[in-house]
Amino acid sequence: MPYEYLKSNIILNCKVSEDIFEMKVEFKSNTEPGQFFMLRKNDSPTFLSRPLSVYYADKETISFLYQVKGKGTQLFSLMNPGEKIDIMGPLGNSFSTAFCGKKTAVISGGIGIAPMVYLAQELLKRDNSVDFYCGFKGMPYCTDILDKKIKVFVSSQEGVAGHHGLITEIFNPSAYENVMTCGPVPMMKIVANMCKEKNIPCQVSMEQHMACGMGACLVCTCETEHGMKRVCKDGPVFDGKELIMND
Amino acid sequence: MTETKICGINFKNPVIAASGTFGFGREFSQAYDLSKLGGICTKGLTFNPRQGNKGIRCCETASGMINSVGLQNPGIQSFLDNDLAFMSSLNTVIIANLSGSSIQEYVQGAELLNSSNVDMIELNISCPNVKEGGMNFGIKTQSAAQVLGQVRKAVSKPLIVKLSPNAEDIVDMAVTCEKNGADGISLVNTFKAMAIDIYKRKPIFKNITAGLSGPCIKPIALRMVYEVSKAVNIPVIGMGGISCWQDAVEFIMAGACAVQIGTMNFIKPDICLDIINGIETFMIKNNFKSISEMKSII
Repeated sequence: MPYEYLKSNIILNCKVSEDIFEMKVEFKSNTEPGQFFMLRKNDSPTFLSRPLSVYYADKETISFLYQVKGKGTQLFSLMNPGEKIDIMGPLGNSFSTAFCGKKTAVISGGIGIAPMVYLAQELLKRDNSVDFYCGFKGMPYCTDILDKKIKVFVSSQEGVAGHHGLITEIFNPSAYENVMTCGPVPMMKIVANMCKEKNIPCQVSMEQHMACGMGACLVCTCETEHGMKRVCKDGPVFDGKELIMND
Repeated sequence: MTETKICGINFKNPVIAASGTFGFGREFSQAYDLSKLGGICTKGLTFNPRQGNKGIRCCETASGMINSVGLQNPGIQSFLDNDLAFMSSLNTVIIANLSGSSIQEYVQGAELLNSSNVDMIELNISCPNVKEGGMNFGIKTQSAAQVLGQVRKAVSKPLIVKLSPNAEDIVDMAVTCEKNGADGISLVNTFKAMAIDIYKRKPIFKNITAGLSGPCIKPIALRMVYEVSKAVNIPVIGMGGISCWQDAVEFIMAGACAVQIGTMNFIKPDICLDIINGIETFMIKNNFKSISEMKSII
């Protein structure tokens, strides 16, 4: 589906957790789980647009969950409902969800939870059983909005909720037919390797610095067994077996 | 009114999408009708395919960005087989940007492109992101003369040379290129730059240095276009941080017969249309009847 580039109305932009925000904008699309948008405040002192993955989408709106990490996301967090934001998308491929009735595991680390909530809900719609593993450094967020049919496993490195440690310590791929992951590269590398050993399909959503977001500039590539691939256009979702992940 | 002729080729307007920022046009063709462009420069092409650089390739700066792509491209034969037909269907001037890691590779590439139906060749001796070749040929006039001399023998199509702002003396470089058979000059490519990750205590880029582009380089690029335009008698295509139609008019007034738009394509995918329309409106309001009337007014 082609992307669109326009100025969208911000409907909501609120704090969800300490440095985590949710922004909802008006945007008509058929966005799939795993896709992302490029966003930029007009006259922004930061230069490039920022890629944000889709937290939730319906026919009329798109929601983004983002962590304030640098100047760009900080500017986003200060925007108010009613303001316009430059937005381009939907961009990139999506998680492959063309199966039903499968045991699936969704594994996120930190803000990597953003695209996985929408994904988990869509997997459930297709009659898959979904276990949701989400790891956090400190306090968890957004774990309570999932459908009750989804079993949620939480970990916290600081030990404030769920398992005290890493999410990969409580995940066993043998119990699943499909695995999907998004989060820090070291975590995704462990998940992808676990799945590879048991020959279980694993889809990995990559993050990278981007400029154009549409596949033209080649600054967001990642290494795969088939050469350098564009995270924005060939991804962001890749087959875990093909990716060469460097920490 | 906005049409311009460069090296015998007619451009419907003086706005060209710059190499390395526009791929082969496919991605931007979803954003707008590319036949409205004066022309498109292809992604930098080499005879042999290149995977480009590993590690981080992009870093935002104040009013610009630094890139270290390293000429990732599928190779010229693949471009001819898989991309040129699409580009030719766009009804705009197609300029192939040619690079290489050795004089021999430049010549092999030039021969292939010369026998294709690209309209022009832009010889890239200014890429700062490859270890061999690229900008190495664009710093000293002697090296530039060598590569250009050999490529010129292989090319009967219009041949423009894209200069690096890192050249020892940009005016000497342009004059040398004119003497050695260039039909035109385009400038500037990116400025050699760097950035450091203070927490990792390491350079951001594996190659340590990379290429700076965007509005931050515009005043320097404009000065270079002005100086080069005064020194050569061949057409000059200006670029470097152009972000709006006013910038484009400045470059034309400084001596450019056309402009290339690069990094700003990332910020606003249809920026070239804004610039084309802005130039036209400005010309009407200020009673300019042609680009050549406005060119070199300074």
